[in-house]
Amino acid sequence: MIVLEHVTVSYGTGTGRIFAASDVSFRVEEGAAFGLVGESGSGKSTVLRAIAGLIPHAQGRVILGGREMSTRRSTAERKMAQMVFQDPYGSLHPNQTVDQTLSMPVAIHRLGYSDRRISSVLREVGLGREHRYRYPHQLSGGQRQRVAIARALVLEPRILLLDEPTSALDVSVQAEILNLLARLRQLHGLTLLMVSHDLAVIAHLCERIGVMSNGSLIELTSADALASGRVTHPYTRQLLRSNRGFDRSGAEIVDAAS
Amino acid sequence: MSTALLLSVRNLRVTYPGDEGDLVAVRNVSFELGRERLGIVGESGSGKSTTGRAIMGLVAAPGRVEADEMRLGGTDLTSLDESGFRRLRGKRVAMILQDPKYSLDPVMSVGQQIAETHRCHFRSTANAARAAALEMLAAVHIRDPERVYALYPHQVSGGMGQRVMIAMMLIAGPDLLIADEPTSALDVTVQHQVLAIMDDLVRSRGMGLILISHNLHLVSSFCDRVLVMYAGRVVETCAAGELAKATHPYTRGLLASLPELGRRRAELPQLRRDPAWAEG
Amino acid sequence: MSAALTWRGWLLDPAPVSRRQARLGRWFRAWLAFQRNGLAMTGLCVVSALVLTALAAPLIADPRAAILQVLTERLQPPSASHWFGVDELGRDIFARIVFGARTTLIIVALVSAIVAPVGLAIGLTAGYFGNWIDAVLMRITDIFLSFPRLVLALAFAAALGPGIENAVIAIALTTWPPYARLARAEALTRRRAEFIEAAELQGASHLRIILSQIMPLCLPSVIIRLTLDMAGIILTAAGLGFLGLAAQPPAPEWGAMVSSGRQVLLGQWWVSTIPGIAIFVTSVGFNLLGDGLRDVADSRSS
Repeated sequence: MIVLEHVTVSYGTGTGRIFAASDVSFRVEEGAAFGLVGESGSGKSTVLRAIAGLIPHAQGRVILGGREMSTRRSTAERKMAQMVFQDPYGSLHPNQTVDQTLSMPVAIHRLGYSDRRISSVLREVGLGREHRYRYPHQLSGGQRQRVAIARALVLEPRILLLDEPTSALDVSVQAEILNLLARLRQLHGLTLLMVSHDLAVIAHLCERIGVMSNGSLIELTSADALASGRVTHPYTRQLLRSNRGFDRSGAEIVDAAS
Repeated sequence: MSTALLLSVRNLRVTYPGDEGDLVAVRNVSFELGRERLGIVGESGSGKSTTGRAIMGLVAAPGRVEADEMRLGGTDLTSLDESGFRRLRGKRVAMILQDPKYSLDPVMSVGQQIAETHRCHFRSTANAARAAALEMLAAVHIRDPERVYALYPHQVSGGMGQRVMIAMMLIAGPDLLIADEPTSALDVTVQHQVLAIMDDLVRSRGMGLILISHNLHLVSSFCDRVLVMYAGRVVETCAAGELAKATHPYTRGLLASLPELGRRRAELPQLRRDPAWAEG
Repeated sequence: MSAALTWRGWLLDPAPVSRRQARLGRWFRAWLAFQRNGLAMTGLCVVSALVLTALAAPLIADPRAAILQVLTERLQPPSASHWFGVDELGRDIFARIVFGARTTLIIVALVSAIVAPVGLAIGLTAGYFGNWIDAVLMRITDIFLSFPRLVLALAFAAALGPGIENAVIAIALTTWPPYARLARAEALTRRRAEFIEAAELQGASHLRIILSQIMPLCLPSVIIRLTLDMAGIILTAAGLGFLGLAAQPPAPEWGAMVSSGRQVLLGQWWVSTIPGIAIFVTSVGFNLLGDGLRDVADSRSS
């Protein structure tokens, strides 16, 4: 369903050239859930945005559902993959009601039956009629994220891209949203690609996991392998160790240079 | 009494008057702190940050702070006015916030800011302040203090920025450090570094530390004791190592809803909030 | 009484059930916030009074009295028959003030109607697209910004002849650049917002994003700026009128009235002073209104 071949994203030229992502390739089967994990600056969000078609100057090939995506996506191509962003406070237009936010994609793609589509997608994400005409500031963080998920689903995409969807949420709300995502995946046969810095969250939802560091994909592994510690790359080991919580005896204080 | 009691709080209450009635952010919170690491854990709206700010006298009007007792060492915090608190801040109690990008002055070099803190408390000369600042930068394990002294906040990484904040806050030698989500904006590996430095300094100086965070896991692995807050109340107090044996349904619910590496569950148990917890 | 309560309840309902209810509820809440500010309400009253006076002018004063010269009555002080006195050509000042309000309102409305759309269009385009489009548009803006208002107006008057239309054009041409800058700044700030990325992701065209996503966020600051600028616009128009470049005699215009009363200022103060007060009160009214709007907008964004 998702094939990436040698995707590279760079900024600047000459000596000032930085590679946000370099030569990233992997495949995701239909209906599977794939996770990209790494720290900030690892390039995981860049790769996600390249798949979403938000980076016009990305190099390499992105093939979704068998179709190679052009750098300037057509409206039809956009229907394949939709994204849920990290910040529930920033991904919704502050001056638009939930209804307006959901009507726009329907109008752009001329899908028709707008009212029916909107009420059904709201039901699916666990929101009701009473939320439909509210503004974002009248909703809680978890509710806003549900609206973001609804917005992604209203176009009936095959692929759902998730950019740290629960990092900004409280722990209890995170559980609700993760459960919702798992349920929706099953219901619609969606292919999920999730990006996060939290190993536990990724391993909960995804079967296969890619570890990124400094723009490169350094290891392809699985949730089971991570759980049992069967990993090869030292950076992955380090991530696993950090995930276990603060270890006073084991902590060596490292001098910082920058 | 081997460890002197640093901070004792009894029935702290913080109220914000509003158009539609008063909002009680902190409700009858009581705890004692010696020279140890105490973690206050809660979700957003639990009142954990407000508690920290109340101790520092940073609750802005029209918020009201009331307590049966709030004592830092020998000083009664309930009777202090703004100038009294100002004498206290930095010298007796200090606070580290989440994002050094917002807590550091962007138009001064980091070294100058640390030196300024020193001059403010000790009325030292410029040279003495600079020397003290360099010493503090070395104490937070910054490899090249001279070079970093001249850097501006936007030129330092998140982890380095937090080290600078720690240096700035500890230079006047306070007894108590309150850290409000000090590592939430940092990567996981950097988080542990910063915590290790805080741990080292707090121990060597015999300070008390209050770590406020939403990250249960982190707090339980770093602190000695944990306070769990919900809706302004303390619902659970226990030793950090015993968190797994917590009794309050909120804490148990929270622990259960955390995804765990190695324990795959089809569905995470969802926390069902009982309104009775808010009454307590 | 109960009908009013249910209206309020309907507007403040936290779970609205239609678009209209949601939008009206939002406006109502903003109105409640505005209402709390006494000075802002004063400003609103003054501006409303101006608009009403202008609209209902023939009902308040006799249109002929504004231009009819009764030389035997000239320079009479304010009295029961002439509330604001009589000017040097025997015309009733009160009638002239009332009809002069029309002129003022026309100038203000026309200038706003030109300046806001032009400034928004140029600023949003420059801020959204960036690169060379931004550079070109901003340099054009800079060129217009460098013209001093009155000098340009004089040039226009020399070229096209005096008159209200030309005065409006002259003022508009020198007033739009700050609005372009304001719109550009807002567009630059919002450009990278995640909801804009989300709109791109859905396949929204550039035009749709600019009009439906970014523009609504810029409108409050543009409107507030415009309201605060109105005082300046009124004063500039009065200045042009003073120089004889705006409304032509015998049409009443506050600035021209101030000018024509110069010679008799010491003896018959009302001829110049009363129109001066009218200009002053109107400018302050717009200022207070603008401040009040800005307070509401600030509190909503925080």
